Amino acid sequence: MTILETKKLEKHFDGVQAVDNLSIGIEKGEIAGIVGPNGSGKTTLINLLSGTLEIDAGAVIINGVQKFENINPWQISFYGITRTFQDVRLFEQMTVLDNILVVLTERNVFSSLFEKHKEYHLKKAEEVLQKVGLWKKKNQLAINLSYGQRKLLEIARTLAMDAEIYLFDEPFAGLFPEMVKIVSDVVKELKREGKTIILIEHNMELIRKLCDYLFVMDEGKLLAEGKPEKVLAKKEVIEAYLGK
Amino acid sequence: MEYLIHLAILFSIYAILGISLNLVVGYTGLLSITHAAFYGIGAYATAILLTQSGVGFLLSVILGIILAVLASFLIGAVLSKFDGDYYALGSFGFSVIVFSVFLNWQSLTRGPLGILGISKPELFGIDFSSNFAFLILSLLFLIAIYFVSKFIVNSSFGRVLKAIREDEKAIQVFGYNTLYFKLAVFVMSAAMAAVAGSLFASYITFIDTSTFTLMESIFILTIIILGGLANLHGSILGALFLILLPEILRFVGFPTDIAVQMRQVVYGLILILLMLYRPQGLIGEYKL
Ligand SMILES: Nc1ncnc2c1ncn2[C@@H]1O[C@H](COP(=O)(O)OP(=O)(O)O)[C@@H](O)[C@H]1O
Ligand SMILES: [Mg+2]
Repeated sequence: MTILETKKLEKHFDGVQAVDNLSIGIEKGEIAGIVGPNGSGKTTLINLLSGTLEIDAGAVIINGVQKFENINPWQISFYGITRTFQDVRLFEQMTVLDNILVVLTERNVFSSLFEKHKEYHLKKAEEVLQKVGLWKKKNQLAINLSYGQRKLLEIARTLAMDAEIYLFDEPFAGLFPEMVKIVSDVVKELKREGKTIILIEHNMELIRKLCDYLFVMDEGKLLAEGKPEKVLAKKEVIEAYLGK
Repeated sequence: MEYLIHLAILFSIYAILGISLNLVVGYTGLLSITHAAFYGIGAYATAILLTQSGVGFLLSVILGIILAVLASFLIGAVLSKFDGDYYALGSFGFSVIVFSVFLNWQSLTRGPLGILGISKPELFGIDFSSNFAFLILSLLFLIAIYFVSKFIVNSSFGRVLKAIREDEKAIQVFGYNTLYFKLAVFVMSAAMAAVAGSLFASYITFIDTSTFTLMESIFILTIIILGGLANLHGSILGALFLILLPEILRFVGFPTDIAVQMRQVVYGLILILLMLYRPQGLIGEYKL
């Protein structure tokens, strides 16, 4: 079943067509990789899917029925979507624990003032922080974490969301091997739980190991799609990466 | 002694202003310079009601709060669409507008002539006209506002405010329509400022527009930056320090009139030095 579909999605910045007539479909429960040279529009696609950027034209369809042409960022969690940011965006001058708790609590003003689920949220926060090995650092400010720990905290924050669709923008970039292992374990576990993952990644070995399906983007367009081994062997894909 | 009590009353009024502004600037990261507008609304509500109607002090405070809530709701609904420099500029614009309403709506505010003969409060049959009694009253208001603010910042709501300060776009992605949170804290903060205004009007018994200028908003901002952003105790400390500052200047040997004139220069210097050497203020948790 196709859980997320884009229909002729378009986004341009001034002269640059960052996402160009892009129609892709992502199957529920799969890990879908997105690769492509720098500037090929991968992050822009994630920004469109998460309401962080406005869509110029085209539409997104969730679960085959819910369709949006434009969406506010705060509405994407209702569609079961959550994301990380390529440029790691944490709540810097807040503790590690608060970075998690803040995505668990009531969403409207009045209920959040009189929150009633403190214990439950604390348990959930411990669970996701344990998963990425940051529970011991729970009282540190996010700003004081190392680069790798910051990326792990971002992953933990998405886990706390209990989403259906996870958009991960280069979650492995710049990580030491032991952290790469933590993140790939998280991704595999999400898959076991039946979640859907969109994974932007440059490391082809990880793509081969993790992804069920692969999309290759170039200059905002879909260049190729299919099983990772097959796609990565295609001549035009190799050319896009190595230059012509 | 009488003079010490006078200083203590001013301190409690400015501590209320500082704590309430800190909710917006320190916790939510929105640089508002229109706080004096709501301070003024509270002051005028009390001044007008106490001089022109039989309404008592407490009711005038409540009406001041209601008016400040209405005004801040309208202003905040516009401001909350902005962030960063645009928020500061927008709030600057509103502070000019509200000031000119105070100045020009003369049938109500008597503009630069001011309103004289505001009576001292009487509450539940207790007379607060002696300065000592008034001090108790203003401290009670300060304590109440401190605890309400503490409740706000320690709640889940308060945590969302901090996340807005840290990265508004990011927290939106996790399901928060931040506009409502920014508006809500702005309105709460304005309501508290109105209480400080009512206290001020009733204590000084005379108000005119000169108290509710942009300069006043910047003075309150200096209090919270000096004391420390996102720290309620910091605002209390900042108010204490800045209220005592003219006395300190006098104590170290400046003649009285020069000490008074020096004050604004020193406030300016304090802001500059803080930005240079200690942007988080004395006990703050967050740098602008
Ligand atoms: N906010 C923006 N403003 C202007 N141009 C942008 C913006 N975001 C991305 N771009 C441009 O869009 C193109 C695609 O960028 P991006 O989606 O970040 O690529 P990728 O993630 O594949 O490296 C690039 O040419 C980039 O410069
Ligand atoms: Mg990118």
